[in-house]
Amino acid sequence: MKRIVHKHPLAIRWFHWINFPILVIMIWSGLLIYWAYQPYKIQIGDTVLFKFFPNWFIQALNLRRRLAEGMSWHFVFMWLFTINGALYVLYTFVSGEWRFLLPNRRSFREAWQVILHDLGIRKTAPPQVKYNGAQRIAYTVILLMGIGSLLTGLAIYKPTQFSGLTTLTGGYENARMWHFILTIGYVLFFVIHIFQVVRAGWNNFQAMVTGFEVEKKLPEKTPPAPTTPA
Amino acid sequence: MATVDDTEEKLPEKKPHREELTSDQQIRRRTLKAFALFGLAGVIPFSLWKWIKIQPKEAGLPKVFREVLKVNEEVANGYFSNANLAPTFPKDWAVKNVRVNGRDGLRSAIDKDAWRLKVEQPGRKARLISLDELKALPRQEIIYEFKCIEGWSQIQHWGGVNFAEFAKKYQLGQKDGSEAWYPYVGMKTPDGGYYVGIDTPSALHPQTILAYEMNDQPLTDLHGAPLRLIIPVKYGVKNLKRIGSLWFSDERPRDFWAERGYDYHVGL
Repeated sequence: MKRIVHKHPLAIRWFHWINFPILVIMIWSGLLIYWAYQPYKIQIGDTVLFKFFPNWFIQALNLRRRLAEGMSWHFVFMWLFTINGALYVLYTFVSGEWRFLLPNRRSFREAWQVILHDLGIRKTAPPQVKYNGAQRIAYTVILLMGIGSLLTGLAIYKPTQFSGLTTLTGGYENARMWHFILTIGYVLFFVIHIFQVVRAGWNNFQAMVTGFEVEKKLPEKTPPAPTTPA
Repeated sequence: MATVDDTEEKLPEKKPHREELTSDQQIRRRTLKAFALFGLAGVIPFSLWKWIKIQPKEAGLPKVFREVLKVNEEVANGYFSNANLAPTFPKDWAVKNVRVNGRDGLRSAIDKDAWRLKVEQPGRKARLISLDELKALPRQEIIYEFKCIEGWSQIQHWGGVNFAEFAKKYQLGQKDGSEAWYPYVGMKTPDGGYYVGIDTPSALHPQTILAYEMNDQPLTDLHGAPLRLIIPVKYGVKNLKRIGSLWFSDERPRDFWAERGYDYHVGL
């Protein structure tokens, strides 16, 4: 006999999968906008380690001379990104899901144990309810990053009407830079996220579609089997 | 995303809810159903993409995008205020090498001595105003961060006459015999090679200037001599150089970049 464990409520699954294509469009249209003025690079002393973006990248994604198009997509889909994000936050707090999401006292130490486990240094993963400490931290940070993108975005979208916000985010040029850095952050998050989902396996992945994980029934007195996280 | 266990959406307080299922078959059925619905839902973003792609184009953009940009404009008009000012800076922060970006409307020769600003308004005779007449009006300076639609910005120092003062002095913009303003101002270069349309509230914003000086010197040709628009509540594209004529109107005046796929409003 098997049991199913309810993991992700329907609403969370919707928010998750709606956000994915919207974020793709926001990042892609953001690149079309960024092409028109590309000041950012990673540099040590006089040595440029990486320029955002190299020509091969711009060519591969066909980013040239599409500023107007990029702006239109960005300023249309910003609404969907904002609404979906706001509903997600609202739902998380009203439903009580935040208890699984926000880091608690143990999360930071637990996150360290998870990292050691993931690197193969520690044998066992710490027990968890729904998300482990590393996940709680990562998913909360990504939420804060989303809010950061909205605020820095607004700061550069209407720097005169919201000049207070623009000043608060470091001024027009800094706000633009943070808006960009946050986007790079999403891409890094995405890469790690995909890697972890693949690593965690099918049962974990399918839960983001079905809502439940399948658990083999264990003998009495054994603590709940830790599901491998993504 | 969609699933059959809708009745079980309520979360228990502490631990995820566990449910016995009698057979593998039941689990498989629920999984298949959820994935089928998931695949079906995937049609939504795909159709949305296709729908946008087949939209008729309106000045280079899908029609529905133009409609959303119009909504964005109305939202922006909701919080627009003359009390919201572009931050200003000390004079020595202003750059000496002011960037030139685009020569549309400046390619033909101009006789600056013969130049007059031509002002038109429905139902009135066109009026010609000389630079000296404009210079006789109170001078206003601004040192602010000029922002290009491309993304770069620069602290620049401009001097000229406040646009609202100018409109008041020449009794422009208000419909004859009423307090109501024409909703738009149009401007174009003498050769008609560049033209902009601006909503009247933005033109009347206290920081909007008809500029004849840059860094305390008369404008250079490439910066729009003899007279140009400086409008901090808009991107650089609306800051028309070498103004030839100016008019108030009920219709949206043509706009060079809006005709080339950009938003018309581009308010900051």
